[in-house]
Amino acid sequence: MIEIKNLYKSFGKQEVLRGVNLVIQEGQVTAIIGRSGGGKSVLLKHIVGLLKPDRGSIFIKGEDITKLKGNKLDQIRSQIGVVFQGGALFDSMTVYENVAFPLREKTKLDKNVIHEAVLKSLHDVGLDGMEYKYPAELSGGMRKRVALARALIGKPKIILFDEPTTGLDPILVRSIHKLIKNTQKQYGFTGLIISHEIPEIFEISDTVALLHEGTIIEVGTPQEIQESDNIIVKKFIKGIEQGGNNETGKS
Amino acid sequence: MKSIFRYLGINVLNLFVFLGKMFLFLTEIFYCLLIPPFRFKNLLRQIRFFGNKSMIVVVFTGAFSGMVLALQGFYALNKFGAEALLGPVVALSLIRELGPVLCALMVTGRAGSAITAEIGIMKITEQLDALTVMAVNPMKYVVVPNILAGVITFPLLTAIFDVIGIYGGYLVSVHALGLSEGTYFAQMELYVDMEDIRIGLYKALSFGLLVSWICTFMGYNAGYGARGVSKATTNAVVLSSVVILLWDYMLGAFLL
Amino acid sequence: MKRENLEIAVGIFVFIGIIALGYLSFKLGKVNLFSTGAYTLYAEFDKVGGIKKGSIVEIAGVPVGSVEKIEINEKYHAVVSIKIDSSIKIPEDSIASVRTKGLIGEKYIQITPGGSEQFLSKGDKIRETESSIDIEEVLSKYVFGKI
Ligand SMILES: Nc1ncnc2c1ncn2[C@@H]1O[C@H](COP(=O)(O)OP(=O)(O)OP(=O)(O)O)[C@@H](O)[C@H]1O
Ligand SMILES: [Mg+2]
Repeated sequence: MIEIKNLYKSFGKQEVLRGVNLVIQEGQVTAIIGRSGGGKSVLLKHIVGLLKPDRGSIFIKGEDITKLKGNKLDQIRSQIGVVFQGGALFDSMTVYENVAFPLREKTKLDKNVIHEAVLKSLHDVGLDGMEYKYPAELSGGMRKRVALARALIGKPKIILFDEPTTGLDPILVRSIHKLIKNTQKQYGFTGLIISHEIPEIFEISDTVALLHEGTIIEVGTPQEIQESDNIIVKKFIKGIEQGGNNETGKS
Repeated sequence: MKSIFRYLGINVLNLFVFLGKMFLFLTEIFYCLLIPPFRFKNLLRQIRFFGNKSMIVVVFTGAFSGMVLALQGFYALNKFGAEALLGPVVALSLIRELGPVLCALMVTGRAGSAITAEIGIMKITEQLDALTVMAVNPMKYVVVPNILAGVITFPLLTAIFDVIGIYGGYLVSVHALGLSEGTYFAQMELYVDMEDIRIGLYKALSFGLLVSWICTFMGYNAGYGARGVSKATTNAVVLSSVVILLWDYMLGAFLL
Repeated sequence: MKRENLEIAVGIFVFIGIIALGYLSFKLGKVNLFSTGAYTLYAEFDKVGGIKKGSIVEIAGVPVGSVEKIEINEKYHAVVSIKIDSSIKIPEDSIASVRTKGLIGEKYIQITPGGSEQFLSKGDKIRETESSIDIEEVLSKYVFGKI
């Protein structure tokens, strides 16, 4: 279980997070939706300790990770897989080496076992035969899928996805969503997905949260969110432009 | 008037911040050096990057430095009728000064700038974050191998530079200027001491540390975007070059 | 396979580098691994202008050692420590003299062996010495007609 309590973060004068409160239930998939530039990626980076909040805390299995450092933090991190928004593939390594990386680093598995696992997970994301290409030689969508394979391969207990399907064609979006759901059923990780895929995201998540102007303004099941009375939520999921949004607020 | 002070004040403050960060970075490197795991494969890869791939540059600049030294040295020594000392002049200039300094400058231009750019790009494309998240310390994985590779390869490259330079000088002295082969080498052996070679080595070692330190630091702290990386790269090369020359002078003054 | 290539490449580089380093230190730096050892003798000169640490010591034009240290004693004479290769034996009545190669060339110490059956051993002193001839002095004497 991940519990985010009253999280504040500013960059210079720009207040990005203004008191985020959110509980991510164990063994469930929670989706965070919200306007572009609203601070979703920033929130995700706090959960793995890449950014330190100005105020507030994040409890993962009872430990406040905003206070942890060094080995202890690494111990928690090794149970978390992250798919970064930009993929963050190691461009000096082939696709194969990228996907094998978490296993080679964190486990003592046999070479052959790793080989099998890598081929299987590349197959799962539909990238058979791409093992020996370098990330720079792939399309944007392919890179996303390699990143996904890399995050899934170590079977971490918690997986954070930062827009795993943005930039993919509709068929791939569905198949990736199916992959996430299936793996989740298989070994029950706790998932956090940041996504702009509305309404597809509702099909695979157990809980949906809307991040708006630095706070979570609504949490609920996909059903509840879709039927919400909150005007902001309504407009957001229908894609209606409204006054006072982030983009115009800044300029 | 007030704004000038303000401007100066901010700059001095920034300088302190910069120096402080540099030294903290170095202490972190030393800390990482003490604690396993050691990234042996990455070290090998970086040695190849610094060493093998700089060899051609080093061989060329070494040969030409030696040749130019012989030519110019001959011209000067000729005026005193002391051409016999051409060998020692070439060897001592190479071993004590030009070898370490030119070699360091060349490797900075070739490899130092590249590692700054590489680390900078790894930073802005979140590859360093990805490492951190996989509980792999990017300092250990990316920075330390570069530092070690710098410290290992610089002395070796410098030695190669020196030897090639000495033979370049030999070519010019003996085959173009008509000095006897025996004189060139015998005088050289007479005048070059272990002390000279040791000074050259100390220089090369410290340049290796300085260059890899500055270049990794700049990459690690690169700003965002292509512009951030290009700025970091330029800064790394400029700062490394200036520090090489400055440190060369200071070491020379200390060790003499 | 790939890994092996990497190792071979690095191996080649390090090998070449060490050869170069070795060349510098053994050929030019005169580090002698198989050194037969050396022993030190002393010689007292009135004047050793031009001799420095590392200057060559020759017998019959062959280098046999080098100057290790130059000090000054209570008589204000220069005491030169000379390291001689242990395979060379020096008769006790030998003469050490400061000589010049060429007209303005470098200074070196020449040892002219005597005929004695007794040899100098470690720490002994070469009693007979000839100091350097100061060209300026000679010239001025000549010019001012003192010779
Ligand atoms: N390292 C940083 N330094 C300064 N500002 C930052 C930094 N990271 C993010 N920001 C700012 O924080 C705000 C939120 O960024 P974030 O990346 O979290 O948006 P997002 O919700 O993930 O948007 P998107 O859906 O487009 O990915 C942005 O306005 C951005 O300018
Ligand atoms: Mg984002």
